[in-house]
Amino acid sequence: MRILVTVKHTPDLQSNRSFTEGTVTRTAEDGSMNELDENAVEAALQLVEAAGEGEVYALTVGGPDAVAAVRKALQLGAHHAIHVSDAAIAGSDVFGTAKVIAAAVRKVHDEAPLDLVITGMAALDGLTSMLPTALAAELDWSQLTLASGLTVADGEATIVRHLPDARETVSAPLPAVVSVTDEANKPRYPNFKLIMAARKAEVATWSLADLGVDASAVGAGAARTTVVDASERPPRENRVKITDTGEGGNALADFLIEKGLA
Amino acid sequence: MSVAVLIEHREGHVSRPSLEALTLARTLGEPVAVWLGDAPTADAVAQLGEYGATEVRVAAVGADARLPAKAAAAVAAATEDATVVVVISTFANKEIVTRLAVLTGAGVVVDAAGAELVEGKVETTQTVFAATWNVRTRIDAERAIVGVRPNTTQASPAASPVEPNVVDIAVELPETRETVVSVEPIPQADGVALDEAPVVVSGGRGTGGDYSLIQDFAELLGGAVGASRDATDEGWISHEHMVGQTGTTVTPALYVACGISGAVHHRGGMQASGTIVAINMDPDAPIFEISDFGVVGSLFDVIPQAIERIAAHRAG
Ligand SMILES: Cc1cc2nc3c(=O)[nH]c(=O)nc-3n(C[C@H](O)[C@H](O)[C@H](O)COP(=O)(O)OP(=O)(O)OC[C@H]3O[C@@H](n4cnc5c(N)ncnc54)[C@H](O)[C@@H]3O)c2cc1C
Repeated sequence: MRILVTVKHTPDLQSNRSFTEGTVTRTAEDGSMNELDENAVEAALQLVEAAGEGEVYALTVGGPDAVAAVRKALQLGAHHAIHVSDAAIAGSDVFGTAKVIAAAVRKVHDEAPLDLVITGMAALDGLTSMLPTALAAELDWSQLTLASGLTVADGEATIVRHLPDARETVSAPLPAVVSVTDEANKPRYPNFKLIMAARKAEVATWSLADLGVDASAVGAGAARTTVVDASERPPRENRVKITDTGEGGNALADFLIEKGLA
Repeated sequence: MSVAVLIEHREGHVSRPSLEALTLARTLGEPVAVWLGDAPTADAVAQLGEYGATEVRVAAVGADARLPAKAAAAVAAATEDATVVVVISTFANKEIVTRLAVLTGAGVVVDAAGAELVEGKVETTQTVFAATWNVRTRIDAERAIVGVRPNTTQASPAASPVEPNVVDIAVELPETRETVVSVEPIPQADGVALDEAPVVVSGGRGTGGDYSLIQDFAELLGGAVGASRDATDEGWISHEHMVGQTGTTVTPALYVACGISGAVHHRGGMQASGTIVAINMDPDAPIFEISDFGVVGSLFDVIPQAIERIAAHRAG
C-alpha cells in the first residue's frame, strides 16, 4: 500500500495573522500543519499498518515555512517528506495548486505506483474544500471525498460520506483521491522517538522545474480570482455581559424583545 | 448578462436559500433557474418566476447525479450561455462547482456572503479565518461561479413576477470511475433546516445531554436547534445539528449559545451571525468575547425565565 498525504501549513487559528497584497502573511512560529490534515495522515498510517506493508509520503506546497507541515507528518509516522517550493507558485488559486500537487503526485507515482492520495476535508484557514475535487479532476483519478469511513480491498476503495440529506456509500477503483473528515478517526499523538527522528529526516525539496510545470500555468498570474481587499472584522460594539443573580433570564428576554428578535 | 441559479429542492419544494440566490442573481443580470431531477410542479415554477426566473431549465437526472462529475456535466449543459452561475454553498455544491470550473474555465468563489458587478466583473465578499476577517475577491475569468451562504441575502420577490418558460435540457452524463453503492436518506427534523434558520439555539456540553430547554427555546423563537461537537460526539443529539467549521456554518439573525465554551472551531461556524447571545456559567468562557449579550449563569435557570417572560410579553 503506497499512499501520499497532502498536508498544508496553516496559520494557528488562535494567533493573529494578516494579509499583505492579497495573500496571508505568516511567520515561522505561527502555525504548523492544518489540524484537519492530521486525520488524513492517520487514515494513511492505519491503512498501511493494517496491510502490514507500504509507505506514506507527506507532501506540502508552500514557502520555506511550509516545511513545518511535513515535519509534523513525519512526527506522526509518515515515512517520506516532500516540500514543493517555488516563488512562482505564490498567489495560485485552487486550480493552480491542484496542478502543482498533481505533478508531484505523478512524479512519485511514476517511480512506483501509488494506491491513494489522502487529504483533509478542508484547510481551517480558507475552508473552501475544493482542492480534493480539483486534484482528482486534474489527475483523472477516482474522487472519493468527505469520507467519514474508508476501506480498501481488491483494488477498490469504498467510503461512507455524510451529507445533510443522506448517508452515501461510494466506491471506485484505485488509484483514488480521498478526503477524510475529522470523524474518520482519532489522530495519534507524535511519540518522542519519531519527534527526534523527524528533526533529522531528509525532506525532498522540489521546484516547478523538477516537476516539469510551466511557471506561467500557476501563480497569481494564472489565478482566476484576485483578492482585492481584506480587513479584520471590527469587534462587536455595545456588548453587554451580566451575571445572573435571579433576573438573568428576564434581562435576556428584555434584550431580545427590545431588539425585535423575540 | 444571463445568470444561472442552481435551485435546491426537496420533495418538490424550493428551498429558501434558493429564493435568496435568485434575489441576489437579479442584481447581477437576468436570472434563469436550473433544476436537476424530476420536473418541477407548476407551483414551484410559479414561485421561481415570482423571484425573477425567466426560464426554468430542467435536467431530468436521477440519483446518479449525486456524483459531482455527473452533476457538473448536467449543470454545464444547462448553463452554456450563462456568464455567472450562482449556487448555494453546500459541501456537495462546492464539489459540483469545482468540476464545473474545470470544464468551463470559470473562476470560483464559495462561501460568499454577497456578490456585485464592478466594472463588468463579479466581486464577492466572504469571511475567512474563523470569520474574523472580511475578504473581497474579484473573479477575473470570463465566467464566474459564486457559492453563496444561506441567510446572507434577504429573499424578496421581483417587482413584477414573470411566467418562466420551462425548458428540458438533454444531458448525456459522462462515465465516471465512482459508483454510488447506496444512499440512505436522513429524515429531516421538523421545522426549519439548521443552515436556513433565521434563529439558531445551540446547546453544548453544559446541557449535560438534556436538550428539552434548548428545543423549547428554539421553538419559541422560531428557530432550529444547533449543537457543539462535544454534544454530537457524546451522542446527545445527531450529527446534522453540529455547528462549526467541520459541521454546518450558520449565519442566522440571532444565535443563542447555551453551555458552549466557544472554541475556535465552533466560533468559525457561527461568528458571522447577526446578534449573538451566550449563556454560560464560566465568566471567562471565550464565547463571551463575541457575544452581544452574555449572561453568566446556568442555562437551567436562565432559559426557563426568559421563555416565561417572552411568552408573557406576547400574551400582552
Ligand atoms: C479538527 C477539529 C474540528 C472541530 N470542529 C468543531 C466544530 O465544527 N464544531 C464544534 O462545536 N466543535 C468542533 N471541534 C471541537 C471544539 O474544539 C470544542 O472541543 C467543542 O466545540 C467544545 O464543545 P462545548 O463548548 O460544548 O464543550 P466545552 O468546551 O466543554 O464547554 C462547555 C461549556 O458549558 C459551560 N457550562 C457547563 N454547565 C453549564 C450550565 N449549567 N449552564 C451554562 N453553561 C454551562 C461551561 O462553563 C463550558 O464553558 C473541533 C475540534 C477539532 C480538533
